[in-house]
Amino acid sequence: MNAQQAAIGLDNRPRVAAHFRLQWEEAQKSWVLLYPEGMVKLNVSAGEIMQRLDGEKTVQALIDELERQFETTGLTPDVLDFLAIAHRQGWVKP
Amino acid sequence: MNAPPATANVAPAVQPGPPLWLLAELTYRCPLHCVFCYNPVDFALNSTELSTDDWLRVLREARVAGSVQCGFSGGEPMLRDDLEVLVAEARRLGFYTNLLTSGVGLTEARATALKQAGLDHIQLSFQDSTRELNDFLSHTKTFDLKRRTAEIIKAHGWPMVLNCVVHRLNIDYIGQIIELAVELDAEYLELANSQYYSWAELNRDALLPSREQLERAERVTNAYREKLGDTLRMFFVVPDYYENRPKKCMNGWGNIFLTITPDGTALPCHTAKMIKGLDFPNVRNMSIQDIWYASPGFNHFRGDAWMKDTCRTCPEKAKDLGGCRCQAFMLTGDAANADPVCDKSPFHHEVLKAVALAQIPDAQRTVVKPLVFRDPKASRQFTEASTPALK
Repeated sequence: MNAQQAAIGLDNRPRVAAHFRLQWEEAQKSWVLLYPEGMVKLNVSAGEIMQRLDGEKTVQALIDELERQFETTGLTPDVLDFLAIAHRQGWVKP
Repeated sequence: MNAPPATANVAPAVQPGPPLWLLAELTYRCPLHCVFCYNPVDFALNSTELSTDDWLRVLREARVAGSVQCGFSGGEPMLRDDLEVLVAEARRLGFYTNLLTSGVGLTEARATALKQAGLDHIQLSFQDSTRELNDFLSHTKTFDLKRRTAEIIKAHGWPMVLNCVVHRLNIDYIGQIIELAVELDAEYLELANSQYYSWAELNRDALLPSREQLERAERVTNAYREKLGDTLRMFFVVPDYYENRPKKCMNGWGNIFLTITPDGTALPCHTAKMIKGLDFPNVRNMSIQDIWYASPGFNHFRGDAWMKDTCRTCPEKAKDLGGCRCQAFMLTGDAANADPVCDKSPFHHEVLKAVALAQIPDAQRTVVKPLVFRDPKASRQFTEASTPALK
């Protein structure tokens, strides 16, 4: 594996990586990512992005969906930035 | 929830978050005899294990209270034949389920059942590599067992996480340990220096590595990190005796971590029962909700009102919360003292003494205590021997 992996682009269909589990935690009122002996608590935006990753939807479709749902525009840079971080952390696969 | 309101109990000094981490120590029974075991030295006195129904209730109550990571540990948790039932319920409740095992008893049949139950992760520990050091180094019996177990773990799609407790007697072979992890195709390797509690504390003089050993081991580990990149993630935990500031033990007393021992005692960490004079609740007669938020044992060291001047006036107190209560108790006799790992502690010389001894090669030592292996007989002997001293 290489530290400089290809970035996730608009045409990718990312999914949550194997050995990670995404779930809503009522006690924490947030989405969390669970993995061996650990947990990442996601902020609201990260939770909204992560819960839409299903390995079928493209990043572009995901952004369209978010912009429609939250009645906003210009989310592309934020989504790509987050996916880059998530990819680097090993949470998602392109 | 049907937990009664906690009227009779004390209010917490600081309202904590949920007990995110639940460690279920299912049994103290164990086929191994590790000299660094953190189970209490008097474990043999603890004979009445919780029933399956008790554990199922603990899991449900803890989940309602917000626990989300669940570790099944021991002793050797594979010795409980209801393990699959407990894992299935934990998984159904939404826990991320971790099994911490030596691999002894992890047959293909049980692995299949555990997979069906929804087990998320297995952490495979190396066995006692002191008693079996030669075998371990020669890659014979131990290697065969690990290879078989690793194959089973891989075949079922679990991530391969290896844990090896590192100490004076095996630290010089850290390169071989890493090679073994590579051969087993592990994704994670925890090289955890022994922490000196319980059996490890009894054996501390024999187990604490020298500074030179430690530095060499870190160099070797870093060299492998560079060579292996992301294929094997390695965590190297240093022994805190070599630090000048204490660790933020358990990330704070009663902050995220909840241990239930085999007999149902609830603890803020797996060794806290050693602290004399503190009463810890039992899940047989108190709900997890009340244990966590309202029991005196859990509230005792929350916040900083309990601190003595060394810590209370320290600008760094929020960083480490005064370190480890058990270590303070063991080395100073009072759990409210600063952890003597801290060089501001009036008892820091206790740690320096142990570190100084660790620099003396075994062959040049005047007093050499024999290693004490963790087993029920030794447990009874040491418990009897230490009882009068505690009064």
